[in-house]
Amino acid sequence: MAIDVRREVPAPRARGSFLSDPKFRSVLYQVLVVGGVILVGWYLVNNTLSNLARQNIATGFGFLGRESSFAIGEHMISYSAADSYGRAILVGILNTIKVSLLGIVAATVLGTIVGIARLSSNWLVRKLALVYVEALRNVPLLLQLFLWYAVITESLPGPRQALQPVEGVFLSNRGFKIPTPSDHPAWDAALLAFLLALVISWIVQRRSAALQARTGRRLPVGIITAGLVIGLPLLTWGGFGAPLVFDVPRLQGFNFVGGATLTPEFAAMLIGLTTYTAAFIAEIVRSGIQAVSWGQTEAASALGLRPGLTLRLVVLPQALRVIIPPLTSQYLNLTKNSSLAVAIGYADLVSVLNTSINQTGQAIEGVALIMACFLTISLGISIFMNWYNKRIALVER
Amino acid sequence: MTKKILLAGAALLSLGVASAAQAGPTVDAIRQKGFIQCGSNTGLAGFGNPDSAGNWKGLDVDYCRAYAAAVLGDASKVRFTPLSAQQRFTALQSGEVDVLARNTTATLTRDTSLGLEFAPVNFYDGQGFMVQKSLNVTSAKQLAGATVCVQPGTTTELNLADFFRANNMQFTPVVIESQDEVVSAYFSGRCDVYTTDASGLAGTRASVAPKPEDHVILPELISKEPLAPAVRQGDPQWKDIVTWVHYAMLEAEEKGITQANVDQMMTSADPTVQRILGVTGEMGKALGLDNKWAYNVIKAVGNYGEVFERNVGAQTPLRLERGLNALWTKGGLQYGQPVR
Repeated sequence: MAIDVRREVPAPRARGSFLSDPKFRSVLYQVLVVGGVILVGWYLVNNTLSNLARQNIATGFGFLGRESSFAIGEHMISYSAADSYGRAILVGILNTIKVSLLGIVAATVLGTIVGIARLSSNWLVRKLALVYVEALRNVPLLLQLFLWYAVITESLPGPRQALQPVEGVFLSNRGFKIPTPSDHPAWDAALLAFLLALVISWIVQRRSAALQARTGRRLPVGIITAGLVIGLPLLTWGGFGAPLVFDVPRLQGFNFVGGATLTPEFAAMLIGLTTYTAAFIAEIVRSGIQAVSWGQTEAASALGLRPGLTLRLVVLPQALRVIIPPLTSQYLNLTKNSSLAVAIGYADLVSVLNTSINQTGQAIEGVALIMACFLTISLGISIFMNWYNKRIALVER
Repeated sequence: MTKKILLAGAALLSLGVASAAQAGPTVDAIRQKGFIQCGSNTGLAGFGNPDSAGNWKGLDVDYCRAYAAAVLGDASKVRFTPLSAQQRFTALQSGEVDVLARNTTATLTRDTSLGLEFAPVNFYDGQGFMVQKSLNVTSAKQLAGATVCVQPGTTTELNLADFFRANNMQFTPVVIESQDEVVSAYFSGRCDVYTTDASGLAGTRASVAPKPEDHVILPELISKEPLAPAVRQGDPQWKDIVTWVHYAMLEAEEKGITQANVDQMMTSADPTVQRILGVTGEMGKALGLDNKWAYNVIKAVGNYGEVFERNVGAQTPLRLERGLNALWTKGGLQYGQPVR
């Protein structure tokens, strides 16, 4: 309602009424609108509370501390039915964040590849990418999730007939089972070495950039990084005598025990969200690339840059400025779409809160919590992407 | 999902609107609109399930028809709202349905904190486990480590966790909202075990299983599941009607009044039969109904035994025994309070 008074109109005091003062009126209108919104909000909240009280329906967030008494299939932090509703909801939030973040990373990679493929000079690649985009973005995501889930659970054998592509790795309709390193100092040391290698690589990268700015020469950054990231942990592990201690999954009773599991529900969610969102991201990437004028590519070719380098050094950096804002929307969509998890049994925030709502009957509080959590996650993504957008924006001189 | 949030939102908004309708008794509202809005299962064979022609069939469905017969004199004046386990209480609270006859377990928490009242139990059930025969499991105590398919938002989910905790066993739940999806996850082999009320297991095995003989229902019942219709709090007259329709159907079975012979029974010399059928006394008037209320109910759906046999009994695909649901005179728990 901000009314922009561009021209300073001399106050018509001669007519006497302050109501005809444009400044006063603009303030008045805004006060009225804000007051109206507050009144309606107050009416709704008050009406709901008094009706709930009259119908003897309990209200408040006291239930968060009570014992949840229900189990959750997939949890990143320890959780049992003896834990509180609050912890159950935390498990759900973490599961939502897990599938959203992994989905965002995977969809970005896949979407960029498909987007570039859409502009390929190879007819077959170009058309395949087109078919991919049109097929995936025009079918409702819920159906795609059902499809992926059915494909995984129906086509894979039961745990007792599990496929074993590599010794110790099992593929069945209970999920993808892989061995994990068991507790041993060698593994911890190797992990530390890996992190150290990342830090050193980053420093080398900075040095190389500085060197190039000064002298025009570059260090062989790729080889150094690969050597560090692979070699350093390997050497450390070897230094401990290369102990082969793994927690290998094994069949016991109904199912596998030990190792780590990628559940069918999580896999279906991740595949579904990734492939669906990647179709939209591909179109954003394509349009971003096409927004960079063709003259840039020609200029780069004239300077003798190979097509791959042209894309990486000239076109993509400029395309990013067009790509980032709509990409942010896709990231937010993916995060919000993860709430479809309840349909195929992935224990995300909505699924956990659904159960909580029904065990406690506190629908309004539960729905408010769902909205607050999604708002927080989405705002976090927005803030990060806006920061990144500013960083890559054209620096005008 | 969206539907549920919409429902919650609608509940939030309609609490204000619905308050006007609730000021008067539910029965007045029903008479005015000319039908009963009945919350039903989205599809559970034997309890509430639309057939291929779209006609609702089932024990709970027959109860809704019985209420319509009692209040409006016409069993066909009922409309069904299929509700998921999670939508059901919100739908009742918000006034979207007049009565919830949807195999709902009566518990203390539900009775006290959800703003509803439970009528007498119309089906005594218990939670059971169904497993594939090829697993050679004979007792629920052997299920340690199993993966269990279960629907959310039910007492089932809690009993399941309680049972495994009490027996010091681990399990992995696969919690899927829609009945169809959770059942198909079990039949695809995603889970070793499917758990719900034993009657529901029998219904699923009879109507969905590719090969019913490949699945066994384990003998243990791990919980008491008294399934009862529910109404909103604050309208004792409507609750009385829902309560006494059930008792009248039990009394009718006890006295041998059936759908077929109800007209001859009008001339019976038995004073109890006369009171039930409204030949003498003012039983209907006391409930705010026509004195022929129970006659209409029995004429429309029959007595309790007939409703049971027609929907879930030995001649149906569910093949359930009367068991706990036999009349008290035959060793069961169904005990009709006297209509007098």
